Amino acid sequence: MSTTTEIEVVDLSLTPLRELNQRLHDLAGADGPRSWRITNPSGAHNIACGLDADIDVVVEGHAGYYCAGMNKQARVRITGTAGQGVAENMMSGRVTVDGNASQAAGATAHGGLLHVRGDASSRCGISLKGAAIVVEGSIGHMSAFMAQTGTIVVCGDAGDALGDSMYEAHIYVRGAVAGLGADCIEKELRDVHRAELGGLLAEAGVAGVDVADFKRYGSARNLYTFKIDNTY
Amino acid sequence: MCGIVGLFSKSDAISERLGELLSKMLVQMNDRGPDSAGVAVYRNPAPAGSTKLTLNAADPAFHWGAVRDSLAAAFGGDPTPDVRATHAVFVVAADEADATAHVRAAFPEVRVMSAGSVIEIYKEVGLPSEFATRFALEDIKGSHALGHTRMATESKVTTLGSHPFSTGHDVCLVHNGSLSNHNGLRENLRREGIEFHTENDTEVGAGYLTWRLREGATLEEGLMGCLDDLDGFYTFAIGTADGFAVFRDPIACKPAVMAETDDWVAMASEFRAIAVLPGAESARIWEPAPATPYVWEGARV
Repeated sequence: MSTTTEIEVVDLSLTPLRELNQRLHDLAGADGPRSWRITNPSGAHNIACGLDADIDVVVEGHAGYYCAGMNKQARVRITGTAGQGVAENMMSGRVTVDGNASQAAGATAHGGLLHVRGDASSRCGISLKGAAIVVEGSIGHMSAFMAQTGTIVVCGDAGDALGDSMYEAHIYVRGAVAGLGADCIEKELRDVHRAELGGLLAEAGVAGVDVADFKRYGSARNLYTFKIDNTY
Repeated sequence: MCGIVGLFSKSDAISERLGELLSKMLVQMNDRGPDSAGVAVYRNPAPAGSTKLTLNAADPAFHWGAVRDSLAAAFGGDPTPDVRATHAVFVVAADEADATAHVRAAFPEVRVMSAGSVIEIYKEVGLPSEFATRFALEDIKGSHALGHTRMATESKVTTLGSHPFSTGHDVCLVHNGSLSNHNGLRENLRREGIEFHTENDTEVGAGYLTWRLREGATLEEGLMGCLDDLDGFYTFAIGTADGFAVFRDPIACKPAVMAETDDWVAMASEFRAIAVLPGAESARIWEPAPATPYVWEGARV
């Protein structure tokens, strides 16, 4: 495959979004520019969704819904804020949001790393299926709802009902938790968790944060295992 | 779905362009609400002792001169209307109760869209982008404005079922979401003397706020009361004489984004409606928290 240092610039005020996404999709297993810069996103939905190529994409500005959804391999960075469902169902690769992310950031994501430098809103990591999410700010209510596996690291605070009905995801929060959801409890932070947490902070490039300041939250395993008391 | 936009000016330059910017924001929300569109704009205060009415007639050829003559005969002055498509704005030398009662009695086919000192409400069925052109929104100057694009779920697509809904003197409401206890609540509010003209759920939300404000609640108290008394989903934007407020239900599944610069404060269902504003790229942007009133006051009316 060709390796070019040229940056391909696409201005979304001039180029239709479908055309951009098709060009990005066409890179799956094919030659083409490896570095992309998307200008004038103006909150458009579905920017750089469904990528499956080892490429770098920088969205310069604010993205709408589902930016970098279903991402595989690609490294997507949004320099502004991201709307609902950023990196939704990501499989691998890395998505970085320099600003804040709206609701359902990283929803159902299977793999890869979602790094939010600002805050993430409600339902961050809902139904998480294996990806890692690192939020430097705070997260909103109902985050990690039914999260199955994967890791959520929050350097700030967490909103109400954290980890409600969750399965085996790992949640680490440095600040205050407004409230824990059903069957979510604080758990001991052991060496294996400190290593995981430190590794993710390093991978995201978050400096000046002490692993010892975090608390770990997880499932009490009273809800999802079969118990006759849980039936209606 | 439905789309909401709100713009609050903090500079003369933005006040001069209020209608143009509102129009651009509204058009961005076209596909969130292609059924109907509406705006509330705050401008041109009526003189003390007078009331500004926005009236609507279903017939585009309606003869507004008859209303003017009737109002002049009843209250004096020269209430020449400012006609905008199917709507007409009158400044009447009477208080709100007398002015609206007169119009309703003399012209039962005419609907009162808003009453107050500064508010004007325009709303119609049809595509928001067509609404913006038809109502010449670009010409409007003012201090602040709300807009709504509707995708109906709870009641018929009609002019009266469109948003904003007036909730009393200079106050109005736009809504994204749906209320499920509106039938029972409507009956309770009717017993309190609140009038309803449609089967619309949002009208009940507006009527609820009208009732709470009438009973002496502050806007914040009225909004917090929604948490106990309204069942359903809502992101509300509320226009007042000198500002606007944003309020989301405790689940907050209906979207809302806010942004602020030195020149304006804006709210919208999606960022793309804010992206059309000057300086949006460098604005402070955040998402309003659930069950928390956000209020801006002190508009430059």
